[in-house]
Amino acid sequence: MREVASEVLILGAGPAGLAAAAAAAEAGARVDVIEGNRSPGGQIWRPEGATEAHPTTRRWQQRLLRTGVRVHLETTVVAADGPRCIYTVCGGEMSRFRTSRLVLATGSRELFLPFPGWTLPGVTGVGGLQALVKSGWPIEGKRVVVAGSGPLLLAVADSLRRRGAKLLLIAEQAPRRAVVRLARQLWRSPRKAIQALGLMARLVQVPMRYACWPLRATGDECVRSVLLQGSDGSIELECDALACGFGLVPEIAIAAYLGCDVECGAMSVDAQQQSSVPGVYGAGEITGVGGVELAVAEGAVAGTAAAGARVPVRWLARRDRQQAFVSHLDRAFALRPELRRLAAPETIVCRCEDVAFEALAGAESARAAKLATRCGMGSCQGRVCGPATRFLFGWHHDRVRPPFFPVPMAALAAIGTVQPSSANPACYQTFTMDC
Amino acid sequence: MSRQIEVRVDGRALRVPAGISVAAAIARAGVAVFQRSVGGEPRGPLCGMGICFECRVVIDGRRDVRSCMAVCSEGMEIEVARA
Ligand SMILES: Cc1cc2nc3c(=O)[nH]c(=O)nc-3n(C[C@H](O)[C@H](O)[C@H](O)COP(=O)(O)OP(=O)(O)OC[C@H]3O[C@@H](n4cnc5c(N)ncnc54)[C@H](O)[C@@H]3O)c2cc1C
Ligand code: FES
Repeated sequence: MREVASEVLILGAGPAGLAAAAAAAEAGARVDVIEGNRSPGGQIWRPEGATEAHPTTRRWQQRLLRTGVRVHLETTVVAADGPRCIYTVCGGEMSRFRTSRLVLATGSRELFLPFPGWTLPGVTGVGGLQALVKSGWPIEGKRVVVAGSGPLLLAVADSLRRRGAKLLLIAEQAPRRAVVRLARQLWRSPRKAIQALGLMARLVQVPMRYACWPLRATGDECVRSVLLQGSDGSIELECDALACGFGLVPEIAIAAYLGCDVECGAMSVDAQQQSSVPGVYGAGEITGVGGVELAVAEGAVAGTAAAGARVPVRWLARRDRQQAFVSHLDRAFALRPELRRLAAPETIVCRCEDVAFEALAGAESARAAKLATRCGMGSCQGRVCGPATRFLFGWHHDRVRPPFFPVPMAALAAIGTVQPSSANPACYQTFTMDC
Repeated sequence: MSRQIEVRVDGRALRVPAGISVAAAIARAGVAVFQRSVGGEPRGPLCGMGICFECRVVIDGRRDVRSCMAVCSEGMEIEVARA
C-alpha cells in the first residue's frame, strides 16, 4: 500500500476544498487534496466535455501549483482509521494518507423524493441533468420540464436553454411569496442580486410556476409526460426529460464516521470551521448548503485555521455575511408537507433494492426497515433513499460504516483495521471497482 | 470538444466528440434504458455525479461501471443490453 505523509489533508476539490488548499499552503503547510473526480472543481466548476478543466478551476490549479499543493485526482476516500489516517482507492490501488489536520470539503448531493414514475429513464435530478449535459449528454431540441425546489432550478434551466433545450416549465414547489421575501434580502449581496436578475431576464420566455410540483411521470421505457399540481389545478405536459430535485443535502458520511457532531443533517463547526473533533475542519456544503461564495469563504477560513495560522478578521466577516443568507434560503425553499404524500403504495423508494413505499410505511426506524426490506443496502448505500426516508418518515440514519464507496474485496483486505461486517454485507459482495 | 473518436454501443459504431462521458455516448446512440433494476424495471441515470449507480453498464468487458463517471476513449466497447 502506498503511504503519503501530509500536514493538512483536504477531502474534496470543489470550491471549498480548493480555497482551503490554497489558504493552507499559503500559510506554510504541506497540503494534499483528495478528489474522486477526474478534474477538480466540484459540482459547479465542471469541465465541459471532460477534456479541459473549467476556466475557474484552472486559475485555482495555477495557484495550487505555485504553492506546491499535491492534488490526487480519481482518488476516492473509502475508509478511515481515525482522523489522522485516511484510506483511498485509485484505479484499484489502495493508499494510506497520514495527516495532522483534516479538512472535510465533500460537498452535497441532491435530495430526490419518490413520486409515481420517478424511476423512469429520462427522469433525472436537476443538478444531475446539468452534470450529464456538461459531460456531453444530448439536450438540444429536447422538451424539458425542470421541477423541485431551490435556486439550482433557475441556474440549470438557464444552462439547458443556452444549449438549445426547449424548456416547457420551471415548477418550484415553494410559494411565490416566500421567494419574493428571499429576493428582498438580496440587496445584502449585490453579486447574488445581479446574478438573480440576469437569470430572470434570460428565462423570461420560460413558463414558471410557484407552488407547483410533480405528481406523476408516465412512459413505458422512458418518460413521456408529467402531471403536475399547480395552485389552480393540475397540468399535464408531454416531455422528453424531467429534471427534478428538491434541494441539496450535505455529504456527511465521512464526518459522521469520524464522530464529528452533526446537526440537522450538516456537520457542525465553530467560528474557525473546526468540528467537535479537534483537528478536523469542515468547509463548504458539508456544513450546510449555501452556494459557491460561501463555500469559498469557508474554505479559506478552514485552510488557514488548519495550517495553524491566524485567520484574517476580514475573511471571517466575509464568511459571516454569506452565512447570514443561508437561513433565508432555507426558509424560502422549505419543503411543503404535500410532498410527503406523493408516493403511491407501490412507488419504489429504495431504487437499488426495489423497495416500495408500502413496505416501509409501517417500519419504526431506518434500521428496522433495513433489516426487514434491505432498504438502503444496495450499491448507493442509502445516498438516494436515505435523505428521502428522512424527509418522508423522519428516520435518522444508521451509523456510517466503511467502505464509504463500494471497493473490491482485495483492496479492502489491505486495510487491517476495517473488517467486512455482517451488518453491511452488500458493500463487499457484489461490486467491482470502477474508479 | 471537437476531435471525434469512435466507440461501439452494443456493437454499433458511433462517432462522438472526444472527452464526453460514456453515459452521454449511450444517450447519443438513442438508448434510454441503461439497466434493469432487481425487479426488472427500466432505469437510466439519475444523479449524474456517481452516487446513484443507476447508470451502470459494461465497458470493455468490465461490469458495473458507472457510465456517468467514465470517459469515452477510442475503440471503447460499451454494452448496455448486457448490463
Ligand atoms: C449534482 C449537482 C450539480 C450542481 N450544479 C450547480 C450549478 O450548476 N451551479 C451552481 O451554482 N451550483 C451547483 N450545485 C451546487 C454546488 O454544489 C455548490 O454551489 C458548490 O459547488 C459547493 O462547493 P463544495 O466545495 O462545498 O462542494 P462540491 O462542489 O460538491 O465539491 C465536493 C467534492 O468532494 C468530492 N468528494 C466527495 N466525497 C468524496 C470521497 N469520498 N472521495 C473523494 N472525493 C470526494 C466530490 O467529488 C466533489 O468534487 C450543484 C450541486 C450538485 C449536487
Ligand atoms: S447517474 Fe448516478 S451514478 Fe451515474
